[in-house]
Amino acid sequence: MELKEKLVSSFMAFEDTVDVDSPVHDIRTEAIKHFENEGFPTKRQEAWKYTSLNSVLKHDYSVFPKHEDALEFKDVKKYFIHDIDSYKIVFIDGKYSSHLSQTTHDGIDVCLMSAALSKPKYRLVIENYFNKIASKDGLSSLNTAFSAEGAYIHIPKNKLVEKPIQILHFSTGNEAALMLQPRNLVVVDENSHVQIIERHQSLTDNPVLTNSVTEIFANKRAIVDYYKIQNDRETASLIDSTFINQKQESIAKVHTFSFGGKIIRNNLNFYQNGERIDSTMKGITIIGNKQHVDHNTLVHHIEPNCESHQDYKGIFGDSATGVFNGKVLVEKEAQKTDAFQANNNILLSDKATINTKPQLEIFADDVKCSHGCTIGQLDESAMFYLRSRGIPEKEARGLLMFAFSNNVLDSVKIPEIKNRITKIIANKLGVNIGFDL
Amino acid sequence: MLKINNLHASVEDKAILKGINLEVKPGEVHAIMGPNGSGKSTLASVIAGKEEYEVEEGEILLEGENIDELAAEERAHKGIFLSFQYPVEIPGVSVTNFMKTAINETRKAQGLEDMPANEMLKMIREKSELLEIDRKFLSRSLNEGFSGGEKKRNEIFQMAMLEPKLAILDETDSGLDIDALRIVANGVNKLKSKDNAVIVITHYQRLLDYIVPDFVHVLHNGKIVKSGSKELAHELEAKGYDWIKEEVNA
Repeated sequence: MELKEKLVSSFMAFEDTVDVDSPVHDIRTEAIKHFENEGFPTKRQEAWKYTSLNSVLKHDYSVFPKHEDALEFKDVKKYFIHDIDSYKIVFIDGKYSSHLSQTTHDGIDVCLMSAALSKPKYRLVIENYFNKIASKDGLSSLNTAFSAEGAYIHIPKNKLVEKPIQILHFSTGNEAALMLQPRNLVVVDENSHVQIIERHQSLTDNPVLTNSVTEIFANKRAIVDYYKIQNDRETASLIDSTFINQKQESIAKVHTFSFGGKIIRNNLNFYQNGERIDSTMKGITIIGNKQHVDHNTLVHHIEPNCESHQDYKGIFGDSATGVFNGKVLVEKEAQKTDAFQANNNILLSDKATINTKPQLEIFADDVKCSHGCTIGQLDESAMFYLRSRGIPEKEARGLLMFAFSNNVLDSVKIPEIKNRITKIIANKLGVNIGFDL
Repeated sequence: MLKINNLHASVEDKAILKGINLEVKPGEVHAIMGPNGSGKSTLASVIAGKEEYEVEEGEILLEGENIDELAAEERAHKGIFLSFQYPVEIPGVSVTNFMKTAINETRKAQGLEDMPANEMLKMIREKSELLEIDRKFLSRSLNEGFSGGEKKRNEIFQMAMLEPKLAILDETDSGLDIDALRIVANGVNKLKSKDNAVIVITHYQRLLDYIVPDFVHVLHNGKIVKSGSKELAHELEAKGYDWIKEEVNA
């Protein structure tokens, strides 16, 4: 049976496991219909022209993992940013692991989507925010239809949440092939500040397909710092759709570090519903072999006096392929918009490919919008300069690649994350750089 | 220390060096002068191991060892240093981090442990004072946005840090005002010893007033056509290069 049919027919069984009186019952029912109509995206669709899901859709995925499994913290510690005090929401094969998690209800809610969807005290927030900005495309609808578990984060107004929140999804390989549909909701009220780190990690080489949807609401003057660490095995694929609704004077920053996975697709959408909003999206992609990373961004400038900054760096080796499709849409009312977009790429091999497509649609007449993309190789004169100082070829390459991606790390505000990313990059490039950037 | 025998080198099948012979002994300063396009920078790059140059014939011996097959970094580990005519800008790598990496990679190649951090800092402080380099300058990205003079001072600072056996200064005087020239030359002179050697490549004589050569060679059309003492540099300054060309063609 095709995956699509399997999913659609599983929906009835899924319904039996969740509360049909929940306010989201109708939303789910409608979403499965959407998915049934839309199906999975194909390369015939403009937004998927350079990314084919065929190779990941062919597996016979378990959509309801049956096994319960426990992991010892010491075995998975390395996947956490473990040198800082943090809240943790951890899932193992899609199931919440209370053992590895540290949630809270002390003034803020850092807990589970399953609780938020079923308990009356969250009902108002769910009614106001759940599935309000997620798109109605096939993949997001599929996630909505099966939305049952994930992270639920609600920060009431005037809270500076000092501890970052880590959301981790582990897949254990207990299923021959596993499909996950995590659903996260993040609501940050007026004047509050939150930092979130998200990671999906497969622990074996059994195929995993994660179709994740995250809705983030940054209300008036809220600050949201979101870090996505994508360094999975080459048998794990991730489709991450993140939707961010910003109100006036809010600041939202998303850093996406893509270092591993079979196919990674990041749909990152910002909607600016207010004035003087700042939206930042930055990314470093370093992949090799036959890996594929696709960044699909949208910034919708709806109101005046807002800014957006996009800076994506990519390094592609072997037969790796990259896609950057960045759309900036400036509405007629959005005067004095300041939108910046950059996408710089280095191809390390003749077989590596990057498809980059900036897309600016500007309907206002008093705006500052700039974009630029570059594709190149490492500068040979710089290589000779470094080598003539005694830095071996491999280290010189590593140093130049570090330098190339360095400015993306400038805006990372948590030093432990910066250190970790630096180390992952060094490891990825197979070099031991004698300092931290 | 350095012995070059009948060196022929080409780039993209174009012959540039056409039979260079040169011997540099420890403690000596050699100046290589010559008109534009005579092959001066090529000679510097070939000694330092730039890959796009093809050695067609002849050999380069460093302390008796043929270095033709060695990569640029291996030559650096053996004590060759090239001060670039046009130092490359490397955004994102600070001067300090660059030097730490260069020194520790060289030490690693020599079978030594990393230099302890406090020792490194002390060395950086001493050598930057020698070149009158501001501390703030060291945390800036390597050569990015540096003035011509700053770039050259930074080159000699790197030389001071790496303490090479053989330093090749390729047009280090170009782009320097008189104060910077004095600082750079003073730095080079302080680093000179009976055990190391310097090759100064220059178009003009003025640097040689500060770094006084033991020998002056004139390079023309890929060959050393005349060698002499420091007085030769003065003669070239006074008379230009045309008389050399005429002598060669005669």
